[in-house]
Amino acid sequence: MNLLDIRNLSLVMMSGNKRIVAIDRVSLTMKEGELRGLVGESGSGKSLLAQAIMGVLDDKWILDADRFHWRGTDLMRLSVAERKKIISKDVAMIFQEPMACLDPTTKIGDQLEEAVDDKQLSGYFWQKKKQRKLAAINLLHKVGIKQHTQCIRSYPHQLTEALCQRVMIAMALARRPILLIADEPTAAMESTNQGQIFRLLASLNQLKNMSVLLISHDLENMTHWTNRITVMYSGQFVEAGTTEQIFSTPYHPYTKALVDSTPHANLNLPHKSRLSTLPGSIPILQHLPIGCRLGPRCPRAQKACVNAPKTKNHHGHLVSCHFSLKDSY
Amino acid sequence: MVALLNVSNLSKEYKQASYFFKSKKTTALYPINFSIEAYKTLAIVGDSGSGKSTLAKLLVGAESPSSGEIKLNGQTLEEGNFKQRCQHIRMIFQDSSTTLNPSLTIHQLLDEPLKLNTQLNELERAQLIRETLQKVGLLPDHMNFYPHMFSGGQKQRISLARAIILKPQVIILDEALASLDPSLRSQMINLLLDIQEQMGLAFILISHNLGIVKHFSDQIMVLSGGKVIEEGNTLDVLSKPTKKHTKKLIMSQQFQLFSR
Repeated sequence: MNLLDIRNLSLVMMSGNKRIVAIDRVSLTMKEGELRGLVGESGSGKSLLAQAIMGVLDDKWILDADRFHWRGTDLMRLSVAERKKIISKDVAMIFQEPMACLDPTTKIGDQLEEAVDDKQLSGYFWQKKKQRKLAAINLLHKVGIKQHTQCIRSYPHQLTEALCQRVMIAMALARRPILLIADEPTAAMESTNQGQIFRLLASLNQLKNMSVLLISHDLENMTHWTNRITVMYSGQFVEAGTTEQIFSTPYHPYTKALVDSTPHANLNLPHKSRLSTLPGSIPILQHLPIGCRLGPRCPRAQKACVNAPKTKNHHGHLVSCHFSLKDSY
Repeated sequence: MVALLNVSNLSKEYKQASYFFKSKKTTALYPINFSIEAYKTLAIVGDSGSGKSTLAKLLVGAESPSSGEIKLNGQTLEEGNFKQRCQHIRMIFQDSSTTLNPSLTIHQLLDEPLKLNTQLNELERAQLIRETLQKVGLLPDHMNFYPHMFSGGQKQRISLARAIILKPQVIILDEALASLDPSLRSQMINLLLDIQEQMGLAFILISHNLGIVKHFSDQIMVLSGGKVIEEGNTLDVLSKPTKKHTKKLIMSQQFQLFSR
């Protein structure tokens, strides 16, 4: 059974009397125990999609979806309170700048204890304080922090960025979530620390069978860790498939450009040669092109591209393009 | 070929005041020697706190070195002589949106270094700004825009325009490519390579993305704790690292040299 099943989700904002479609019919399915990557450049709506799943969007956004199921229950039919109850129990999220997300005036230990759920504790109230502390220490052990006494006593500014991110993950694990949404967990981190965080997420995924939705703007960082990747561009669905499919046979011109633009360890690329790029830059929300939003930058764009393409499924490799590169392989 | 920039025994110590007249010394950068030629790129990689930003600051003259000297074309760069130094060594920073003054138009922004360092009159300056903007792939009309009207990639181009407008010989890129989106980043790499070819610039690239380093640079220098632990030809070092630290750095990015 699918853990999360989203079909044609749209997010619309009314600005004056103009409709701004920030996310245009995006589909995303996640199976249990899957580590899925969600890739898109800035302004592609990947963070918005994560917030829509969490249900923490502002009132100004109008959410619409053909299907929005969480483990078989239709979230669109539930009231806000019921939805929040289900989601907050099963889904947790970690954010981009861990230092900024932690309370700078409170010690790490207190913040962690606050995150521990009352229902996990047993016994009378005088016993609970000790249990709470133990639970916090256990959480720290789970994310690989061994010097728990030191960590519990320190304030966020005394820890490094990577340690703070581990604490954030520990807090997210406090309610034993089934799905963890990691919104660019390693942005602005050194590469050695990045590896640590990714390894931790991967091991949690393997050992605890926790599904992880890993959001990033960089395709090359993710390839090693994810099973499946979904690519978005400017609020539209582009391509989804296994990491292998996306990387070796990208069907969409945009994905191909992304893969080609990474000079990562590719020996065939002559030294100091020019990289292949798409011309232009990412459109801003106020001036989105009609139809396929890649249109003005796309090397394969033709007349048909003024209509948004339908998503086609080639053996689990989904692509949304009129002129996909499928036949060129 | 004679080296363009020659750095010998450059080091930096910071003094921290502690009890009474004692002061604690921390060495950010141990004595370092290297040289770069025109048309070449030197990459500096290392963890945070390894001294790579300190080195960049010393080169542009934002910090004064504790010892050592920097020679450009055989001429010693004196400390505090910014008129001499900033014409030849320029720097591009990581976050372009915070390095551009939001209250000035692009014309005013690019005019400032020209006013301070050249004897050109107003018309010549405007002409030079127009040419420079075209060189970095922007339109001359962008002169009257304010920085907030540009996207991230375009702002980085303006930073580049500001760097090359005085026709320098060395440009230091301090993580200048890190915060850009992949498709804009490769545009920027292409632009930097083009400009290097046209103007004969030497780049000093500070980055932790080894993919870019491999593609872009000729020489590499691995720093750790203020010391150079490995240096040499980029491909040689990356394919056959000898030090444990370098191996760890390469491993952490799952960086394997493969051909597709």
